Amino acid sequence: MNFDFSDDQKLLKEQVRKFLADKCPTKVVRRVLDGNETHAEDVWKGLVDLGVPATGIPEAYGGLGLSPLEVCVIAEEIGRAAAPVPFDSSVVLATEALKLAGSEAQKKKWLTALAEGKAIGTLAIAEGAQPPKPRSIRTTFGNGRLNGKKVPVADGEAATFAIALANTGGSGDRAVSLVIVDLSQAAVAKKRVETIDPARKHAELTFTDANAELLGAEGEGWRLLEQLYDAAAVYFAFAQVGGAEAAMWMARDYALQRQAFGRAIASYQAIKHKLADCYVKLELARSNAYYGAMMLTEGGADLPLAAAAARIAATDAYDFAAKENIQTHGGIGFTWEADTQFHYRRSRVLALSLGGPMAWKDKLVSRLEQKNAA
Amino acid sequence: MDFNDTPEEAAFRKEVRTWLEANATRKSDDTQSFRARNDDPNLLTKAKEWQDKKAKAGYARITWPKEFGGRGASPILQVIYQQEEANYLVPLGFFDIGLGMCIPTMMAYASPEHLKRYVKPALHGQEVWCQLFSEPAAGSDVAGIRTKAERDGDDWVINGQKVWTSGAHYSDFGIVITRTDPNVPKHSGLTMFFLDMKSPGVEVRPIKQMSGGANFNEVFFTNVRIPDSQRLGKVGEGWKAALTTLMNERLAVGLPSGGLDIDELMELARDTDLEDGPAIRNQSVRSKIAEWYVQQQGLKLTRYRTLTALSKGQTPGPESSIIKIVAAPKMQDMGAFAMELMGPAGIMKEEIPHAGGFQAQWIGGAGFRIAGGTDEILRNIVAERVLGMPADIRVDKDIPFNQLGKK
Repeated sequence: MNFDFSDDQKLLKEQVRKFLADKCPTKVVRRVLDGNETHAEDVWKGLVDLGVPATGIPEAYGGLGLSPLEVCVIAEEIGRAAAPVPFDSSVVLATEALKLAGSEAQKKKWLTALAEGKAIGTLAIAEGAQPPKPRSIRTTFGNGRLNGKKVPVADGEAATFAIALANTGGSGDRAVSLVIVDLSQAAVAKKRVETIDPARKHAELTFTDANAELLGAEGEGWRLLEQLYDAAAVYFAFAQVGGAEAAMWMARDYALQRQAFGRAIASYQAIKHKLADCYVKLELARSNAYYGAMMLTEGGADLPLAAAAARIAATDAYDFAAKENIQTHGGIGFTWEADTQFHYRRSRVLALSLGGPMAWKDKLVSRLEQKNAA
Repeated sequence: MDFNDTPEEAAFRKEVRTWLEANATRKSDDTQSFRARNDDPNLLTKAKEWQDKKAKAGYARITWPKEFGGRGASPILQVIYQQEEANYLVPLGFFDIGLGMCIPTMMAYASPEHLKRYVKPALHGQEVWCQLFSEPAAGSDVAGIRTKAERDGDDWVINGQKVWTSGAHYSDFGIVITRTDPNVPKHSGLTMFFLDMKSPGVEVRPIKQMSGGANFNEVFFTNVRIPDSQRLGKVGEGWKAALTTLMNERLAVGLPSGGLDIDELMELARDTDLEDGPAIRNQSVRSKIAEWYVQQQGLKLTRYRTLTALSKGQTPGPESSIIKIVAAPKMQDMGAFAMELMGPAGIMKEEIPHAGGFQAQWIGGAGFRIAGGTDEILRNIVAERVLGMPADIRVDKDIPFNQLGKK
């Protein structure tokens, strides 16, 4: 039985943790939250120097060629710090999409740029206040031209390229395809949108006859997206576990120090039991996330099921820890000056960006049904 | 990452399988168990025979030192044995408390002569032990026990009542915690002994549980005499001995035993016709199934993390402390939900499917949330030992036991 990360992986995790504790304390999250910058460029540059974007990229494309397990431990630390950097969009979604569906030329071009830190990628799927589905995608792609509007797009301003879902004229699930589009061209208009988490900037991207090319085969967009989301669900789960753990300890530390009715509020069972529940959810999430990581690394047949379970457990753990952290702080936890808001905001962004828990629970049962039928 | 055995573990597993195959009957499916047939009057005899066989083959207590009939081996091998044994139709459950808690306490406190006398028969299933701790007025707060032990020459005289004593009705011996000094604060006035359950003045009465079963007992002591030589630890240091017992709780790292779970719930949801079609197509039903699946997997995988630490010879982290907090309410809630799917007939005890299994889980879950540490006490333990939060304020601290509750 070897259901744990290796000593080397733990060392890497520690290294990233130390870097972020030093360079990305909560005041950096606040700086981005309050300010105009698209992301903490200083922190991102440091992460590039550490080799973070290169970690999961094959050596043939200038990466470090490490396994998903290494990316998972990094994700956990990014989540713990609630780091205001394009990790999810670029290191997870854009990188994984290219690895999954990119042609040799596309990989050479974009993965190499990602590994060197010269490019930031993102994923552009949603088109306003409806859960995306093949029949609802209005953005079109044909004759090498992309037209339409995507909103919200995480890191839409900072990203140098996007992978977008566009209608290519087929029917049913085959109506849509993934395309890759360079965001530096004039045919792309970027406009910042306000979201619940200003520490992670989002944009509206408008494409007017923008040059783009297919990523993967035409009509395969939805299938590829589902596959991409399974991998992303595992990485996101680690980020959520890191965030949940940070929020839990933040609440614990405050409870030890805050006095009410003549004693530390940490001595009241109402507080103790709530934080014990945070721990229970956190460990359920961590264990499910580990299995997701294992399946992702092995390319195991259980990945779709493991990814869904990891996503559901981690979303639950982070949501719960983030909200009960505020509750434990009481009034001060609801002020702008308190750090509690960072995890509350981030937990919702991470919960919704790959589709929310309700959708993943439905997927999980479908996958269980498939497994049982097999 | 992998779930594979190390070469040493694999070799041991193979050896265990070969032995089990030669000595026991393999289960035809994992819902089969000896426990389901509690009405078998010869169950204890069969269990004793099986225990003796195991002990002779060196599988009864793999982690115990060789001098006591063990192998002095790592806990992971004990777990592997249990995993393999779970695939066979063998009578279990009679010796866990004795070998898991009582005898280890004896090993810490009893004289070499007593160990020579008692360890081997316990290991071979010839003598069964029970643990006499809880009382009607001392459950979660077990240090609040009132059973008195008073010195009389070379003996102690015991009067009082214990409750929830598993297996007292078939036990030969027991370890008992008593109050020897009511004039000092709660934890200071306790002393532990072991005794012959056939001693004059010991009366065992079964407790009929809400579930209808009777696995536990009340034990009454009326002027029961215990020689001082059967004292475990010093007078007044019974609490320390009790902690030794509780720390030795059996390895809670085995795989979950059978019982209805997600597969059966899904089967029920497929077969249940709701107004708008099969229940399995209903979104709220699917959400529930998914949530319990995530918990079930989470518990299984958390055990794997604990086993990983054991396999590497490390001390497991605190993650296994979540197991009962999750498993017990899940049992109760899932049972209730499955009954709801069956409609009004869900109240019928023998309602198909699964012969009342979900109904039994719903009833049993209510007890499981209390037994071996309530949901609330377990949350306190997580908060205090894992999260480093303060212990509850003890208003009985520093007050002599016999002054408690008096103004």
